[in-house]
Amino acid sequence: MIPKLKIEKRPIVSSSVTLAVSILSMLLALIAVAFVFLGYGVDPTYAYQKIFIGSFGSLTGFSETIVKAIPLMICGIGLAVAFKALVWNIGAEGQLLMGAIAATGIALYVIPEASSVLLLPSMFIGGFLAGAVWGVIPGVLKAKLKANEVITTLMMNYIASNLVEYLIYGPWKGAMEWGFPITNEFPLSAWLPYLPIGMGRIHYPTLILALSLAVLTYVFIMRTTLGFEVRVMGENPDAAKYAGMSYFKTVILVMLISGGLAGLAGVGEVAGIHHRLRYPKGISPPPGYGYTAIIVTCLGRLNPLAIILSSLLFGGLLVGGDAIQVIGLPFAAIGLFNGAILFFVLGGELLTRYKIIIRWRG
Amino acid sequence: MSLEAAEFLLHVAVRAGTPLLFSTLGEIYAERSGVLNLGVEGMMVMGAVMGFGTSLVTENVWLGILLAALVGGLLSLIHAFLSITLRANQTVSGIALTIFGLGMSGLLGKAYIGAPLPSRVRAVPIPLLRDIPILGPFLFQHDPLIYLSLVLVPLLWLLLFKTRAGINIRSVGENPATADALGVNVHRVRYLCVFLGGVLSGLGGAYLSVAYRPAWTEGMTAGLGWIAIALTIFSMWSPGRALLGAYLFGGVEALQYRLQPPPPYGLGISPNLLAMLPYALAVIVLLAGTRETIRKRMGAPSALGTPYVRGEK
Repeated sequence: MIPKLKIEKRPIVSSSVTLAVSILSMLLALIAVAFVFLGYGVDPTYAYQKIFIGSFGSLTGFSETIVKAIPLMICGIGLAVAFKALVWNIGAEGQLLMGAIAATGIALYVIPEASSVLLLPSMFIGGFLAGAVWGVIPGVLKAKLKANEVITTLMMNYIASNLVEYLIYGPWKGAMEWGFPITNEFPLSAWLPYLPIGMGRIHYPTLILALSLAVLTYVFIMRTTLGFEVRVMGENPDAAKYAGMSYFKTVILVMLISGGLAGLAGVGEVAGIHHRLRYPKGISPPPGYGYTAIIVTCLGRLNPLAIILSSLLFGGLLVGGDAIQVIGLPFAAIGLFNGAILFFVLGGELLTRYKIIIRWRG
Repeated sequence: MSLEAAEFLLHVAVRAGTPLLFSTLGEIYAERSGVLNLGVEGMMVMGAVMGFGTSLVTENVWLGILLAALVGGLLSLIHAFLSITLRANQTVSGIALTIFGLGMSGLLGKAYIGAPLPSRVRAVPIPLLRDIPILGPFLFQHDPLIYLSLVLVPLLWLLLFKTRAGINIRSVGENPATADALGVNVHRVRYLCVFLGGVLSGLGGAYLSVAYRPAWTEGMTAGLGWIAIALTIFSMWSPGRALLGAYLFGGVEALQYRLQPPPPYGLGISPNLLAMLPYALAVIVLLAGTRETIRKRMGAPSALGTPYVRGEK
């Protein structure tokens, strides 16, 4: 008997199928990575236990999970807008760093004497603009010159990262830092406040910003004309063209939003956590918030509200990455989850759009 | 510039450009068959770690290179399965492969950081030819892997443009439905081309870690895989122009050795600023390639990025 696979399109994709497939792809990824751990001589159940307890098992662990989820959430929401339009912005990492650079410049050099009320909003606005510029450049190159945005946004990540290094080794190197490649510390008025003692480093203004952005973006995509144009361009580019929607405008708009949001995430990191500009890997630990946000967005299936959950999950994985170092696994092992989850989400997408029918032939 | 300086520059340009050349040749084949594989960076970095690790453990550098090529090929099959068989989004699948490769190589390579390599690939200058001024240092004072890449360029060109197999590959990338009607097995051709792409990317990665800079550092490919994809567009999907593009990038890297030292030896430009050069150049090269492709109304395989299903448009 030979089984014959037949793939048929589902007429309607229900949200319960989508959710079930998302959870299933997560589980399959965990199983796949478990085999890698086994090959590495580590008991996977023990490793997973460590990861879970480390990230969700205690108040300190959980608050750190939220801290890591903040930049993932903000970047992920922005990427969802771009991906909706089938614009593949892989440059959140660089856009985040540009936001961090702008915030640092404002806090240390432009208006260091200003009070928090003026300084912090200026940093967020400056960070948004810097990230947006870093996103709009590849946007223009794509819309006007047809340059593949995956490559241009990626190249700009490397350029931004080198720019940070140039600044901290060169003109912005802190005079009071014993020659270390970091800038001076921000004035206190540029520090974001934390939640009361015992709640770790949750810089809550950024968290509130992230949650509001999730709701706003959801409304934007689902309920506004502009959001509708973004969706049409992604789902049916020909229809968008015939309806007279501007391709150029949409590409620029989604790159502006996704770049700007990533820039905001960068501001949150330097104003909330580091209080200075430092090595790119310090601001955005490998595999990098901007890269991990791609997977956060895909697992959340481009839905800003679902991205709140998926960013918490990946925040937990990053915190768990610290925990598994104790049992001899390198932090890089976390990068494995990122790739594996994306593979299975992608494979799973087939299940949401198609039915697989198995027929037995005698 | 003195003759020696020019010779040095050309020599280093070829060495630095070779990893790019291998990977670009591979991506040209994958894309010619209609499959965009953005996983080059991931396959290269896995090639680098496998090549280095195997050479270190077995003390046989050639075994390391072989395994690196194999691992590159095997990884590419994940992308092939997702994008050809499951018809998943090729952009996302390729990015997943890159992220996966970077994570996996970090895990595998942890033990090798800072380890010295006992056996590495050494230069084998070709007698007589090596002594020709300029041309000798440029092409004939290299290691066997570079000679291999130089032989591959015309071979892969011939295969693609002058053989039946090449016609099949190109027709599958241009118009899979017609190719299918003419009896070409579209999926098989695509699987083979993606696999070849993976093998060559693995080789490119191994060249980095066992020949060019014999060491393993995490994420040592530093975006070379993405530059290779930009070069594929610049090359207009032809092996000859890939060689040109790869050595151009190699030249820029070689130039850094001259610009970085303080005067009177160089210009004293910050290494961090110089490090941006290849990435900025990649954007420029991408624009140039895209522009020329549009102007000549040729180049990009028409079916690039679209899965093929018999009977569906």
